[in-house]
Amino acid sequence: MDAFTVHTGVVMPMDRVNVDTDQIIPKQFLKRVERTGYEDFLFFDWRFHADGSPNEEFVLNFPGYKEASVMVAGRNFGCGSSREHAPWALQQYGFRTIIASSFADIFYNNCLQNGLLPVRLSEKDVDHIMIQAKEVPGYQVTVDLASCTVSDGQGFSAAFSLDEFKRYCLLNGLDDIGLTLQEEGAITTFESQRA
Amino acid sequence: MPGKTMFEKIWDAHVVAEEPGKPALLYVDLHLVHEVTSPQAFDGLRMAGRRVRRPDLTVATADHDVPTTDRSLPIEDPIAVQQLEHLSNDAREFNIPLADIHSPLQGIVHVIGPEQGYTQPGKVIVCGDSHTATHGAFGAFALGVGTSEVEHVLATQTLRQAKQKTMQVDVNGPLPFGVTAKDLILAIIGQIGIDGGTGHVIEYTGQGIRDLSMAGRMTVCNMSIEGGARAGMVAPDEKTFDYLRGRANAPQGDAFDEAVERWKQLPTDPDAAYDTTVVIDAASLTPMVSWGTNPGQVTQVTGRVPDPASFGNPADRESAERALRYMGLEPNTPMEEIPIDRVFIGSCTNSRIEDLRDAAAVVQGLRVSDRVGAMVVPGSYAIKQQAEAEGLDRIFLDAGFEWRNAGCSMCLAMNPDQLLPGERCASTSNRNFEGRQGKDGRTHLVSPQMAAAAAIAGHFVDIREWKN
Ligand code: SF4
Repeated sequence: MDAFTVHTGVVMPMDRVNVDTDQIIPKQFLKRVERTGYEDFLFFDWRFHADGSPNEEFVLNFPGYKEASVMVAGRNFGCGSSREHAPWALQQYGFRTIIASSFADIFYNNCLQNGLLPVRLSEKDVDHIMIQAKEVPGYQVTVDLASCTVSDGQGFSAAFSLDEFKRYCLLNGLDDIGLTLQEEGAITTFESQRA
Repeated sequence: MPGKTMFEKIWDAHVVAEEPGKPALLYVDLHLVHEVTSPQAFDGLRMAGRRVRRPDLTVATADHDVPTTDRSLPIEDPIAVQQLEHLSNDAREFNIPLADIHSPLQGIVHVIGPEQGYTQPGKVIVCGDSHTATHGAFGAFALGVGTSEVEHVLATQTLRQAKQKTMQVDVNGPLPFGVTAKDLILAIIGQIGIDGGTGHVIEYTGQGIRDLSMAGRMTVCNMSIEGGARAGMVAPDEKTFDYLRGRANAPQGDAFDEAVERWKQLPTDPDAAYDTTVVIDAASLTPMVSWGTNPGQVTQVTGRVPDPASFGNPADRESAERALRYMGLEPNTPMEEIPIDRVFIGSCTNSRIEDLRDAAAVVQGLRVSDRVGAMVVPGSYAIKQQAEAEGLDRIFLDAGFEWRNAGCSMCLAMNPDQLLPGERCASTSNRNFEGRQGKDGRTHLVSPQMAAAAAIAGHFVDIREWKN
């Protein structure tokens, strides 16, 4: 897994609530057996017209957000299907972190598994970032996992929280399975006690 | 010491290791695998030189992108073929039992788990699929996970989990005439909202739940994720035990009776506390239809498409406006006047034998409307066989339905069963997201009875008034 420590980047506003994973990565791309190569399919049905041309009205295609690596989104982002292809697509497209007031549980967890940092802030703070991202060209924020803060260098700063263990894994880019296998003795004991 | 909820009892019995400041390591009793969310996990194992720790606790099936047409013909979609072959190879290499499309055990993963007796009270069950919540109907803690966690479970037979909060959803009386488990869960989601259960495990209680068959309980638990909860559960009782007795992978003979004694200890203690309780007024429930593009955007069949202006919260108003644009609906249109083009009876929510019997009873002796294309997709091969033994296939075929082979089919339209752009479908599945059943297709979620009646009438009808 990629480590996440601190990241500064342009913010893209995804000003919709309840964005589901069927939109983030539509089902026709889930037949692939690879773990990479999903960036071109991110938000496919919103991003492209039926003839394959880009939908210029969709925020991902706005010229000002071409380099965006931070997304700010409406509440309950990532609801629906458990497809991990959703965080893969977001990350492979170039997003490093997503800010919202709430995330769906499975999606949130899947992001953490991949080093894509989901940041929960209050509705008020999310609104602030959303408005700035829409109105200020090239608006950037810095997300710092060491101090658990989001700031924009222009006076805005907000703290977020993250499970301590997950934070440790992310900061160090640690592989979950490797860590668990260190506890293999406990697993074996558990199994033998139940048998 | 205060009592424990069923969730807490199951949780405590599965903690392998727990340290302060770290999510617990939970033992997994049953890991269900399907072709879409597993290939990358198996590749990960191979790359790291790891093995599957407990292939004997792992079961695989092919369901998501299998065709539901004639299975003696080759599959046309080469990418689906590649994915199905990947699963076959993985199962062979790692020694995992697989029900492929030619197996009599094949079916939708959440249908075959219970049907074959793998799903049992007190188990921790995971699958790389959000509708794993279904299995909670047996008093199990069953939750959907992503592909990285699939790999983790394959390698370690454990899952690292922060403990969820508990939410009780109490259905305080019997369901009124014509109201099914599907209507109940749609009403619950309408009430709590699609993120109402986030961070929680829901336990469904009350007479409205106790009265339901196991099929109905599965329908309710199945859609817990549509209310944001990763898991839903119902306390096991005599119906649960009767359902499981004699199933292939359930304990047999004396071992079954011993298991029942253990399972009887699972229900929530009377003095246990939930973090939240929601009461559902059973008497006020009616048949439901979704009008929007998420499963919380629902109304009564006798209601109207809402006016987005009536939503107080600006984000919800904008979301309703978007939904109506996508759905091609005008505010205030009576739901019963909305004409439909397609009907889909199937999915892990409503494809069990009870669902098919209910739908068949509605269409018996009638004909599907000329303007409607309708299909029935049984949840498993075994259900299809059973339905055919009961003559349900004839009832559907005579009425003009297509009668298909088992799979997810048009629930998510990964196979060729898809809506065309603009087509409007009455569907017994669980998600009405944009494009879910085909790009630009329009989905209305309903019960099997309501879907069947809509197929005949060509529009939604109040099933309570149905006569045939
Ligand atoms: S039937 Fe639908 S919801 Fe159920 S497992 Fe298949 S795709 Fe998922």
